[in-house]
Amino acid sequence: MAKTVDLIAETAEPSQEMQPRSLTSGVEALREEGAVLRIPNLPEGVDELPTEDETMIINMGPQHPSTHGVLRLMLELDGETVLRSKPIIGYLHTGMEKTGEDLTYLQGTTNTTRMDYLAPLFNELVFSLAAEKLLDVEIPERATWIRMLMTELNRISSHFTFLATNGMDLGASTMMIFGFREREALLAFFEKCSGLRMNHNYIRVGGVAADLPDGWRDDVLFLLDDLPERLIDYDTLFTGQTIWQERSQGVGVLTADEAIALGVTGPILRATGVPWDLRRTMPYLFYDQVDFDVVVGTYGDTFDRYAIRVNEIRESIRIVRQILERLPKGDYRVQDKKVTPPPRARIDESMEALIHHFKLFTEGLKVPEGEVYVPIESPRGELGCYMVSDGTAKPYRMHIRGPSFVNLQALPHLMHGGLVADAVAVISSCDPVLGEVDR
Amino acid sequence: MGYFEGFRVTFEQLFRPRVTIQYPEEKRPKALRFHGRHVLNKYEDGMEKCIGCELCAGVCPARCIHVRGLDNPPDAPVSPGERYGFVYEINYLRCIHCDLCVEACPTEAITESKLFEFSFSNRQDAIYTKDELLVADDGQPKHLPWEDWREGEDLHTSAWVRATAPNGDADYEGRVAWSAELGYGVRPPEAGQLGDDDAGAPIDDITVEQVAEGGHH
Repeated sequence: MAKTVDLIAETAEPSQEMQPRSLTSGVEALREEGAVLRIPNLPEGVDELPTEDETMIINMGPQHPSTHGVLRLMLELDGETVLRSKPIIGYLHTGMEKTGEDLTYLQGTTNTTRMDYLAPLFNELVFSLAAEKLLDVEIPERATWIRMLMTELNRISSHFTFLATNGMDLGASTMMIFGFREREALLAFFEKCSGLRMNHNYIRVGGVAADLPDGWRDDVLFLLDDLPERLIDYDTLFTGQTIWQERSQGVGVLTADEAIALGVTGPILRATGVPWDLRRTMPYLFYDQVDFDVVVGTYGDTFDRYAIRVNEIRESIRIVRQILERLPKGDYRVQDKKVTPPPRARIDESMEALIHHFKLFTEGLKVPEGEVYVPIESPRGELGCYMVSDGTAKPYRMHIRGPSFVNLQALPHLMHGGLVADAVAVISSCDPVLGEVDR
Repeated sequence: MGYFEGFRVTFEQLFRPRVTIQYPEEKRPKALRFHGRHVLNKYEDGMEKCIGCELCAGVCPARCIHVRGLDNPPDAPVSPGERYGFVYEINYLRCIHCDLCVEACPTEAITESKLFEFSFSNRQDAIYTKDELLVADDGQPKHLPWEDWREGEDLHTSAWVRATAPNGDADYEGRVAWSAELGYGVRPPEAGQLGDDDAGAPIDDITVEQVAEGGHH
């Protein structure tokens, strides 16, 4: 007789919710207190552990406006002080990785682009780079430069959204209006290139979907002249402003060792002083050919995380200027008949072109067997794509290593001992995008 | 920098052009390549371009297109090919406007207009039938009661076809690779890389400056 297995008990996850201390295991309590490299002591200002009827476990989110989407936090509070915290995710889970197994490599970018919706071009890029590594094709230079141009502009727009939401969370509504205003101009450029403000499906396996539109150079030059001027306003209003400094300095401090132990990447890691930027440490595209600085912070607090992003916008502008000078002419999609559909004019001329056109748009492009992991530096950190191909036109497995997801691990540590109001500052300075966290 | 420097920045905004507009009375111009509601085009002689090949349905990542082809009646053909699109439906509750159908269509039958402001009060209205998608006898998209069309939005319906026509081959930029449309004739190609040397004539499009500066007082 086979042993009966209670499938529900075997597969069901235990409740994710935060329990009172008496019901929480030691490891779990340490995790919720944000212990990283040390046994957490009681937060400063708290002498002894309050009894359970003195503390309160409250929910923050998933509908709270400052949790950036549908992040749910459970906080154990002693008055205004956060003793333990637990991020609960999954409210935006749409099974995108599984969906990716059912879409061809041509369709795949329409799906991955929706993960980190503030930096859609990075999702498309990482998916395309992974598939291209398996295909072993050489991408035309113009395509690579266009990819760099678009992703750097996307980094700027993503950081402006961060500035907008960060400002709003801390009560600076001017910053929100400013941030979204600047972002809108960048989105107008994306709309002009790809026809869509977000979720562009512009970077494809093999190159980019379309060449840059007529008049694009004037647009980019306008942005390059306009944005630095506006950043001066940001510095006056916030970076150099006493109110802003006092609100954000020393809040949510993370040290370099802790950041590395938590697997944190991107501006949060760099704020602690670690110069880890994949564009510099593991160059992809042509980042080894452009000149830029990796911005690092000193204290690893909310202010540093803010200041790094402001200065990364300046570095991105510097990169875009160099791209404008170096952008070559030529093809912008690999001219491999098995990867790229033929030019539309060829469909009427050549039977073979028509067959390739039909094959590519129905069956898709076949990718050789193998598995790869490709990381890139998204505005939020290391964005990686792990892809397994079984030789068919659809990925056997497509996994995205979302920086927002990993960075969320740092929240309990950053919030431990802080005030509820500072918890808001901490979430916002981590800049999570829940579409990417849950996928 | 003191507190008053900050006030100066916000005060100065009073004298800058306003970037917001009074939507929906006023609308921002849309980019040429904008992806909006689909249209099914006709040739200049009034024949339908769709040949019922179902390539659009095959490539659609959202599986929102339903096409069935039928042999053309010999005495009154609907399309110049052997077959024509007998059933053509797009479910706009699913469509993500990625425009892969437009790139896939071998006859430029399906393209996208610039209309995106349409909402329905029931699910049946969200499924556009062939009759609703097909352009009228003058080549204009049909205006349905729940759609908010503004002047000029039905122009340039095939911009994304033209933008992606070279498929990355620089030699095919600036070349016409599409058929004429009823009411509009052969639309011009984008200048592409030729435009960088002012050899090609760029098409009028929105500029980022328009959006950023607003220009409304």
